[in-house]
Amino acid sequence: MQYDEKRLTRIVATDCGSTTTKAILIEFVDGEYRQTIRGEAPTTVEAPLNDVTKGVINATQELEELARLKYNNPNIKFMEDGKFIIPRDGDTGVDAYVSTSSAGGGLQMMVTGVVASMTGESAERAALGAGAIVMDLISSNDKRLNHEKIERIRHLRPDMILMAGGEDGGTVKHVVEMAELVSGADPKPRLGAEYKLPVIFAGNKEAVGAINETLSEKVNLIVTDNIRPKLEMENLGPARDKIHDIFMEHVMQQAPGYDKLMVWTQGPDHKAVPIMPTPAAVGNIMQTIAKDEKIEVLGVDIGGATTDVFSVFTEDYIFNRTVSANLGMSYSISNVLASSGLENIMRWVPFDINENELRNMIKNKMIRPTTIPSLLEELVLEQAIAKEALRLAFEQHKEFASGLKGMQRQRDISEAFSQSTSGDTIVNLKTLDLLVGSGGVLSHAPRRNQTMMMLIDAFLPEGITRLAVDSIFMMPHLGVLSEISTKAATEVFRKDCMLYLGSCVAPIGRGKYGKPALSAKLELPDGSVFEEDIPFGEIRLIPCGVGEVAKATLKTSGGLILDENKAKELTVDLHGGMVGIALDTRGRQPFALPTEKEMRIKYLKKWMRELKAYPEEILV
Amino acid sequence: MGQAYSAGLTVTDNIILRKERILPLKGTVLVEKGQKVAADDVVAETLLPGKVVPFNLANKLGVTPAQLEKFIQIKAGDQITKQTVLAESAGLFGTGLFKTVVHSPVDGEVESVSAVTGQVLLREPRVPIQVKAFVDGIITDIIPEEGVVIENKSAYIQGIFGIGDETTGEIMMLASTPGDEIDAGKINESCRGKIIVAGSFVPFHVIEIAKNHGVAAIITGGIDDQDIKKLLGYDIGVAITGHEEVGLTIVCTEGFGKIDMARKTFELLKRFNGKKASIHGHTQIRAGVIRPEIIIPLEFQEDELGAAKAGLSYLRIGTSVRVIRQPHFGSILKVTALPEELTKVESETLVRTLEAEFEDGTRVILPRANVEVIES
Repeated sequence: MQYDEKRLTRIVATDCGSTTTKAILIEFVDGEYRQTIRGEAPTTVEAPLNDVTKGVINATQELEELARLKYNNPNIKFMEDGKFIIPRDGDTGVDAYVSTSSAGGGLQMMVTGVVASMTGESAERAALGAGAIVMDLISSNDKRLNHEKIERIRHLRPDMILMAGGEDGGTVKHVVEMAELVSGADPKPRLGAEYKLPVIFAGNKEAVGAINETLSEKVNLIVTDNIRPKLEMENLGPARDKIHDIFMEHVMQQAPGYDKLMVWTQGPDHKAVPIMPTPAAVGNIMQTIAKDEKIEVLGVDIGGATTDVFSVFTEDYIFNRTVSANLGMSYSISNVLASSGLENIMRWVPFDINENELRNMIKNKMIRPTTIPSLLEELVLEQAIAKEALRLAFEQHKEFASGLKGMQRQRDISEAFSQSTSGDTIVNLKTLDLLVGSGGVLSHAPRRNQTMMMLIDAFLPEGITRLAVDSIFMMPHLGVLSEISTKAATEVFRKDCMLYLGSCVAPIGRGKYGKPALSAKLELPDGSVFEEDIPFGEIRLIPCGVGEVAKATLKTSGGLILDENKAKELTVDLHGGMVGIALDTRGRQPFALPTEKEMRIKYLKKWMRELKAYPEEILV
Repeated sequence: MGQAYSAGLTVTDNIILRKERILPLKGTVLVEKGQKVAADDVVAETLLPGKVVPFNLANKLGVTPAQLEKFIQIKAGDQITKQTVLAESAGLFGTGLFKTVVHSPVDGEVESVSAVTGQVLLREPRVPIQVKAFVDGIITDIIPEEGVVIENKSAYIQGIFGIGDETTGEIMMLASTPGDEIDAGKINESCRGKIIVAGSFVPFHVIEIAKNHGVAAIITGGIDDQDIKKLLGYDIGVAITGHEEVGLTIVCTEGFGKIDMARKTFELLKRFNGKKASIHGHTQIRAGVIRPEIIIPLEFQEDELGAAKAGLSYLRIGTSVRVIRQPHFGSILKVTALPEELTKVESETLVRTLEAEFEDGTRVILPRANVEVIES
């Protein structure tokens, strides 16, 4: 249902994240839609409140207060008795309230297969790709005794189970045996005792009857296409989609107060506007950008509990989304440390810090997730952790972004036996046009230069790539707003949300620090010219504003290339932005930091200084 | 803005406490409304399904799964003992000679028989599960077949993080100041079954000594991340804890690292030295957050009960707050101003701040997000 500007003049949109509830006000002023005010409050899922709507009320109250100040009008009011007044009547009320939500925590799954390295691995890939934490993989050949497997299944209490096993027409016995173990364990879901545990069966289609007989009474059995219909063929799409559906239907709804929130979200005629899961709303926006601009886009939304990566690649605009449920900057921050290792975080830190202190700092952020870094040193550390969270989430995405979503992916038989790689990723950084960042640590970095640095260091864009950030984190809001007004969503997106940071030029290949890497000549719009032979292992930042273009002549040395066609010389237009154009000669494939600590710190400081990422006092 | 919502942990010498005690599965409630109960009293019980024993009967009998039907002597739902014959083969040429007889390996019930795999699932007898009151109090509500609501008046402390399950014991102060690091020499047999109180920190070797002396629980200001790892044998990725079996319960009141216990918490524990308390380390920092609790039941009259509805905690001028991040992590301050405008802090982040003062009158500006209200 779409409404025009006569019916929609003032809209409140919220995103209930696992840490913070963010509210924005969108108004139709002087003939256009603009995002005018923003407020936020902690998400209230903690006892004694246990009700997500309290956070919505608090964030909206902040909006009201700021609106009164902005318009110098004490009569402005959006809510009464803790409920939105819809529709708007002068100073009172709003025409619509819409919301997205990602509160509810991660998705915890258990997967089963017949052979651990074959169907088991496929099931694991599907679950991970759908954003789950895989608690355990149980298979016929995993060396545990059957009663041990039953105990384990019973003990785990996952949110759902994915069962794979057997190619179509292959073993029935082993698949059914696994189902018997699940049935014997009679597993219960982690949250909400009132519903049966969802179990997805994506195995041998000839076993469906026997599986139904074994399991249908005890669990909520959902049958989908075989994940491994043939040994050399993997088909993750249907199982992954089913996992997403069940996650939205069951797990997310466990967020306390969600039922109330569902009644609140409505348009000017009181028609309900469904709450959209945050990743779905951001995914809508990413796909719209790619199609409108006819470009390849990679986007990331890093939250407190999860990190979502989105990509639109190839001329067919193939969209992929992964949810890394265990990577985030507050609830999951400790998992980032566990997954990346301390050394990988420390490699981005330009000073010495006691290891224990850092570990305890991370754990303290985990148990008090709403705190923010007040000290500069803590900000640098959090941004170092963010780079690793982004890197890991991107690695997961690359592994799972398969070419033909929802279709079967061919692997030849030798690959199927080695199982060393997950097939070809369609993520190609050499052809990527735009990298977009969103989420607290990227959208609210004190300096936009820090956002640019985090995106470059984590994603290591190759060749020429434009970089942008969601200015104040409103992509989810706009994603759901487009359901009732594409016009409002598009206008606000272009004018207030998407903020171009600039471009990154990164020659691909290896080199030696100090040796010639890139000769760059940039003719800037103000008539000035930047010209330098930049050695390997350097970064240069050339100011070039939003909407401006620099005419660039780029020439590489020493085997470095600039694009997919292995060009060594290019004359191109480089787009500017809030930060400018970064020329990054640190190498790609591989990208390697100096291994020796003193040298690494020296270079980190140099790069950070060049990017104007931090105040000088921390870089001396 | 004169006030702002802020999350906080409760530390109070007097609260009307309401605890739900619920069975994991439906069962029987053993107490009545109005009945007085002690922490160790069982209030509800149920029978959990017994352990499942998979048993490949076809293999034992030396027949195919499809043939099993001819020889099997049991069906799903049958009660069995170790004497029960599950299946018996016909023997040589059907004469009964050299026949194979398979007895049940367990007492219990037949869960299922599979013609596909030849496997039978046998279930051992049900296991009784009991829910104890956990706190001394009065039963104020019965939830039929599920559990009870117990109310009492208590001194009450919420911890920030814990490990280990519910337990009870007498409070025993081992620290003399909130900044004390507990001395291993102070832990001896007199600590057996007690809830010992450390000050700012408890190192791994002291936890080990406490375990050896049968200490029920430790309350500490801070703990080291690596010590928890040593204790559990794994690193905590997401804070969902409370069911670890490490030999005792640990409740941290402030956080990770060496952090003085908040004076108010320390003084409260000191005041109740020698008194019986209930404690658990259950922590869940996700939707439906759970924090560890220390509950010290007080004398009360029945008409005092009827738990007040929990409200939001607000930051106001004069509110006591605990700083929960550097700088001044762990300090207790009094709010002196709540400026409306956004302020740039050292990290250059623009945030809502508050001004607060130390006991000696020194004032600091801090992000509002980095304090929590000490509720009382």
